[in-house]
Amino acid sequence: MNAHLSIRGVHKAFGRNEVLRGVSLDVPRGNVVAFIGASGSGKSTLLRCINLLEPIDDGEIVLDGTDISAPGFDANVARRDVGLVFQSYNLFPHMNVMRNITLALTHAAGAEKSAAEASAMDLLTRFGLADKARAYPEQLSGGQQQRVAIIRAVALKPSVLLLDEVTAALDPQLVGEVLDLIAELRTSGMTMLMATHEMSFAHSIADTVCFLHEGTIHESGTPQEVLDAPREERTRAFLARTNRR
Amino acid sequence: MNFDSSTGPSRASARRAFEEQRRRRSITIAATSTVAFVALVVILVPRMPRWDRVKQSFFSGEQFADSFPRLLDAFVLDLKIFAWSVPVILGFGMLVALARVSRNPALFPIRALCVIYVDLMRGVPVLLWIYLIGFGVPGLGLERPWNSPLLWGTVALCLTYSSYVSEVFRSGIEGVHESQRAAARSLGLTHGQTLRLVVIPQAVRRVIPPLMNDLVSLQKDVALVSLIGPIEILRQAGIDKSKFANFTPYVVAAVIFLCITVPLTRTADWLLARERRRTGATRVAA
Amino acid sequence: MRKTKSLAALALTAGLLLAACGDDSDSSTADTTAASEETATADTTVAAEGDAAAEGDATAAGTGNECTAGKTLEEGKLTIGTGNPAYSPWVENDAPESGEGFEAAVAYAVAEELGFSKDTVTWVRTSFDEAIQPGAKNFDFNLQQYSITDERKKTVSFSDPYYTSNQAIVGFADSAAANATSIADLKDLKFGAQAGTTSLDFITEVIAPSSEPFAYDDNAGAKAALEAKQVDAIVLDLPTAFYVSAVEIEGTKVIGQFPANAGSGADEFGLVFDLDNPLVECVNTALAALKDGGELAAIEKQWLSDKTGAPVIATE
Repeated sequence: MNAHLSIRGVHKAFGRNEVLRGVSLDVPRGNVVAFIGASGSGKSTLLRCINLLEPIDDGEIVLDGTDISAPGFDANVARRDVGLVFQSYNLFPHMNVMRNITLALTHAAGAEKSAAEASAMDLLTRFGLADKARAYPEQLSGGQQQRVAIIRAVALKPSVLLLDEVTAALDPQLVGEVLDLIAELRTSGMTMLMATHEMSFAHSIADTVCFLHEGTIHESGTPQEVLDAPREERTRAFLARTNRR
Repeated sequence: MNFDSSTGPSRASARRAFEEQRRRRSITIAATSTVAFVALVVILVPRMPRWDRVKQSFFSGEQFADSFPRLLDAFVLDLKIFAWSVPVILGFGMLVALARVSRNPALFPIRALCVIYVDLMRGVPVLLWIYLIGFGVPGLGLERPWNSPLLWGTVALCLTYSSYVSEVFRSGIEGVHESQRAAARSLGLTHGQTLRLVVIPQAVRRVIPPLMNDLVSLQKDVALVSLIGPIEILRQAGIDKSKFANFTPYVVAAVIFLCITVPLTRTADWLLARERRRTGATRVAA
Repeated sequence: MRKTKSLAALALTAGLLLAACGDDSDSSTADTTAASEETATADTTVAAEGDAAAEGDATAAGTGNECTAGKTLEEGKLTIGTGNPAYSPWVENDAPESGEGFEAAVAYAVAEELGFSKDTVTWVRTSFDEAIQPGAKNFDFNLQQYSITDERKKTVSFSDPYYTSNQAIVGFADSAAANATSIADLKDLKFGAQAGTTSLDFITEVIAPSSEPFAYDDNAGAKAALEAKQVDAIVLDLPTAFYVSAVEIEGTKVIGQFPANAGSGADEFGLVFDLDNPLVECVNTALAALKDGGELAAIEKQWLSDKTGAPVIATE
C-alpha cells in the first residue's frame, strides 16, 4: 500500500481499561480524516498513540513505509514528523509566541535561531498573527492561542498533523478563525487526522469520516456516507444525540 | 453624586470623582492609624518605669558604635559562607528533586536514597548535623586544611538546606501540569530538553516565595557554624555581650542582618512582579 | 483500633510536654520568691524538718550564723550554683553534692564556716554566661572558675579570690606547638578557647596570633576541635589543662603556663553574687578564716596537686 500513514490493529489499554481494541486505517497523502464518537471512545488516545506520546500495546503505526511504533525507534524523530495539537492549546506560558514556535525548531530540529524566527514569522503573518509575535500566551484570546498552537506544530513541517478536539474549548465566535486556519492547511496539502465534534466542519473538509465506538472503527466512509446516511445503527444513534449544526 | 440617567461624559466624571474620594479616604485612614501607632510607641514606651535600664542594656549608643566595626568585620565571614552555600544548595536541591520526580524504573535506588536523605536531614535539627559533620568528619583523621570546621560546617549547612529546598523544588515541578510535558514531548523535545526548557523554568517561578523563605532562614542559620569554632557575627556579638555585659551588640547584629535580608526579599518580590507584568497575567482590581 | 490510636497520640503528646518542661538548665534571672521552687537536678535538702526548728532562730544547728541571717535567698539554707555539667577537677562526676572536686570542696568548706550543715546546702545549675548577667539570681553564690574582672564587677559582685590560676596551653605532644617556649613561638599557631572567657581574651590580647582563634560555647567544643586537629592548641586555666591532657585527650600535654603577671592581671577565681549582695562580706570572712587556718591550701593540695610542673612561657 502506498498510504502515507497506516495504522494496523492498534491496541491500547490503561491498566485494565482497554481503550483501543484494534484500530486499522490507511490514510492517503493529503487526506483529511475526521474521527467522531462519544467521549471515551478512544479518539484522543488514538491520536496520542500515533504521535507516540503513548506507547501502543499491540499493532503497528507505519509512516511513509517506516514502522515508527517499533520498539527502539527514536520517538523524538517520529514526533517531529507527526504534529499534535491539543484541546487546551498547552502553550508555554513563560515564553512569548515567537519563542513558543521556535523552541522545537531550534532544539529538536536543530535549526539556527534566525532561520527559525524567519519561518515562524512567515507562518504568523500567513495566519494573521504577526502583531502578536512578542505577546505572551496569557495576553491572547483562546482562539488566538489555539491558532498559535497549531502554528507551533506546523512550524516543524510535519508530514502529518493530528488535531485533538481543537475547538472544543473555544467560544463559538472564536471557533471560526481556527477552522479557517485548518481549511487553509488542507488546501496546502497537509495530511490531517482530527478528532472533532464539529459535524458540519467535518462534513465540509474531511475526505474520510470514521465513527469510533468502544475502541474500534465502527463505520467509516465519506462524509456523505457516514454523516448523511449512516449504515450502522450505533452511528445513527450517536448522530441523533449530537446537535448537528 | 448624580445617579440619574445623564449623558456619558458626566457619568464618567462622576465615577472618577467617587473613586478619587474613596481613595483619599483610605489613604487618610491608613496614614492616621500609622502615625497614631508610631506616636503611641514613641511616647509611651520611654515613660515605662525601667526604660532607662532597658535602653542602656539593649540600645546603648556608645556600645553600638564600639561593637559595630568589629561585628561588620565578622559578618564578612557569614557573607562568604552564604555566598558559597546558595549555589550549592540550589544545585543539589534541584538534583535531588529531579531524582525524586523521575519515573524511570532504573533510577529506583537513587530515588530511594534521596527519600532517605531528605527524611534524615530534615528530621534532625541543623545544630546536630553541624556538630556531627563539623567535628565528626574531621575527627576521622583528616589533615589540615581538609579538616577545617568552616568547610565541614558549610557542608553540613548545604546538606541540610538542600533537603528543604529539594522538597520546595519538587512541589514546584509536580505543580507544572502534565499537559506542558505532553506538549513539549509531542513537539519532539527530549525528556532532558523538556525538563530544562519547559518544566523547570515554570517550576522555579512558582516556588520563588517559599524559596526566599528558605534562603532568609539560611542566612541566619549560617551563624550556627560558630558552634564549631569560626568567629562569625553572632559569636562576636556574644563575646562582646559577655565582655561588656550589654545586649546592644546583638541589636547591632540584627541591624546588619536586616540590611541584607530586607533588600533580598524586596528584590525577589520585585522580580516576581516584573515577571507577572511581562507575561500579562490579569489581576482583579481591589 | 481507634482506642489504641488515640492512646498513642495521648502518650506522644504527654511525652512531648514532659520533654519540654523537663530541662531547665537555661533558667535565667529568676524571681527571688520563686527561687525555692526551682528544681535542682540534684537536691540534697531535707526540707521540712530543719526548717521548722530554724524558724526565727538563725543560729539553730546548721542553718547559718548571725552574719548570714536574712541575707540568703531562703532563710536557713544556702543555695549554691555551678555549671551544667560541672567538670573535673573542679567537681568530680558532675555531682557537686558529693563534695568531691576542688570547687565542690571549697563550697562546702565555706558553707560550714558560715554555719550551714551539709543538708541545708542546695545546688542549682546555670550556664557560664547566665550567672554573670545583670539581674536577680536563683543562687546565693555561684562558682565555675569565674575570673574576677573589672567588666564583670559592673554587673555582679565577687568574693575575695579563693584560687589563683595561670592560663595554660594544651596541645599534642608530637606537634609543632609542643616545644614552644616563648610567645613568638606561638604566633603562627591556630588557637581555640571558650567564648566569653579570660582564656579567649588572653589569646587575642597577649598571644595575638597571626590567624584568628576559634571560639566555642564551652570547653567541650574546644576539646573536640583539638582532637580533630582543627586547632593546634587550646587555652584553659591550668588545673583544667592538666585534667584534659592527663585524662581526656590522649597524646596531649600541657605545653606551658603563663606567669601570673601576664595579660590583664592574674587570673583569680571568685565566687559570684548578685550585685551588691550583703552576703559577700560574710563569705569573705569565712574565706579569710579558711585561708588562715590552712584549710583552703589543704583542699587545693588534695584536688589540684599537679599545680606545678608545666614550663613557664615567657611573654617577652
